[in-house]
This record gives sequence, structure tokens and C-alpha cells, in this order.
Amino acid sequence: MNIAQGVQIVSFGILAAMMIGAALGVVLLSNIVYSAFLLAGVFISIAGMYLLLNADFVATAQVLIYVGAVNVLILFAIMLVNKREDFAPMRNAWVRPTLTAIVSLGLFALLSTMVLATPWMYSTGVTPGNNSIIAIGQHFFSDFLLPFELASVLLLMAMVGAIILARREFLPDQIISPRQEQPALTLPERPRELISVAGDRTSNLSKDKQARGNS
Amino acid sequence: MQLQYFLILAAALFCIGIYGLITSRNAIRVLMSIELLLNAVNLNLMAFSNFLDSQAIKGQVFTVFVITVAAAEAAVGLAIVLAIYRNRDTIDMEQFNLLKW
Repeated sequence: MNIAQGVQIVSFGILAAMMIGAALGVVLLSNIVYSAFLLAGVFISIAGMYLLLNADFVATAQVLIYVGAVNVLILFAIMLVNKREDFAPMRNAWVRPTLTAIVSLGLFALLSTMVLATPWMYSTGVTPGNNSIIAIGQHFFSDFLLPFELASVLLLMAMVGAIILARREFLPDQIISPRQEQPALTLPERPRELISVAGDRTSNLSKDKQARGNS
Repeated sequence: MQLQYFLILAAALFCIGIYGLITSRNAIRVLMSIELLLNAVNLNLMAFSNFLDSQAIKGQVFTVFVITVAAAEAAVGLAIVLAIYRNRDTIDMEQFNLLKW
């Protein structure tokens, strides 16, 4: 990185403030759409951190994959489960945030003392610098070849699994008899019953659904 | 720049992620907190790769693998959330007690 030391420290401070503020917003804001957009802010500031750490290829991959794919996926999921529901209040609702805050602060203190107390062995040598993508490619096709191929298989499995999980269930007898006339523009799917767990509300909903299915 | 700054920042991000993972009741916010945790780990790996292993940058290779696994995890996790929402008609984590006896 050919930036002066002062500029690096100032940009690190700005990126760190952005990152911590946006992460706190992701966790603490009540509107989940704001949380999703602040998550994009976290990802972008982490990509800036990677640029400070001489890793241009991984910074690009971070922006492409996280901001471009994962965050858009999360926004689509929010759109699909868009339900403004007030969660039922629990007994002793203050216990869990308090205990979690104590545990998180304790973990942060532990990690900080460990980081500051450890004598790190800095490497002294010539860095790949702007040729980091060449070094990564050599790693991928020599000593990390098997994990690289396994990652592609994992992505394929995740894609198939996501499609199967998110799809509704097929009605098998309709597949067997294709001569049966389907109305236009509908998928041959079984209308699902809601599991009656929450008492009156859910059973009312399922009754609603049945009425709509009959009409 | 020092290695310690990056490590402490990653530790802070990890702790924020754990707090959100445990306290939030919206299932999608839980998935977002998991993304925060994975990004904190990635930042650690990149800092180690730059400062301690700057000839053979294996930390960047590991970061690429972690990004791959995170993308797969997000896709499958959001599909599971959609399937549960279709079954139970809620995204409250307290209502997802299917495996509790």
C-alpha cells in the first residue's frame, strides 16, 4: 500500500467508526429494513479494511458477494416474510439482554487483553503487494486444489438445497396423471395446513385458508 | 498501522454479533448477526495474513473459502426461514420450538 502512515490511520479510524456504528445499528434498531441496509454499510467498511490490508482481490470479492448477493438476498427474504407483528412479551424479558451484554463485554475484555499481551512475531519480507491475486491463484491450483473443488460442490449442494427447501410440496398423484386439466398459470401444489400451535389465532387462520380454498 | 488495532476491532465486531445472535427474536436478524460473526473472523484472518504471513498469503485464501461458505449458509438459512414462516406463520424465534420436548 503506497499511502502515507497518517492517511492510513485516519482512514482506519473512519472505517472503524463506520463499522462499529453500523453493526450496533444492525443489532439494536427495531426496523429490520434499516438493519439490512446498515449491514451493507458494515460490509463496505470491511472491504475498505481489506484494502488497507493490501488485499485488493478479497476486497472486490467482499463487495461483490456480500453487498451484491448476500445483502440483496436478505432484503428479498425480508420482502417475502413482510409481516409487522408485535412479538408476544415474555416473562423476565430483561434477563437475556442483560446477561448477554455482560458475557459479550467479558469476552471482549478477554480478547483485548489477549491481543495486547501476546508478543506477535511480525514477518519481515517482501510482500506480494499488488500481485496478491497471482499468489492466491497459485495457492488455489496447487496446495489448496482439493478445498477449492469441494467449495464448488458445496455451492452446488447449497443451491439445490435452497431450491428444495423454499419450494412448496408437490402433489404426487397429480404428477402421475398429467391428463388432468390444470388451470392456467398455477403450479401443481398442495395447499398447506397451518400447524395449530398458538391456539385460537392459528386455527382461525387455517379456517380462513380453508374457506378461501373452497371458494 | 498495528496488528492489534485490527484484532481489537474484529473482537468488538464479534461481540456485537454474539449479542445480536442471542437477543434478537426476528429470525432474519439472527442470520444477519451470523454474517457479522463471519465477517469478524474474516477480518482476523486478513490481519494475520498481512502482518504475520505476508509472503505466502494463506489467510486471504482462507478468507475466500469463508466467504464461499457464508454465501451458501445465507442461501440455505433464508430458505429454512421461508419454509418455517410458511408453516408457522411467524418469524418469532420463541415460537420455533419444534424440537423441544
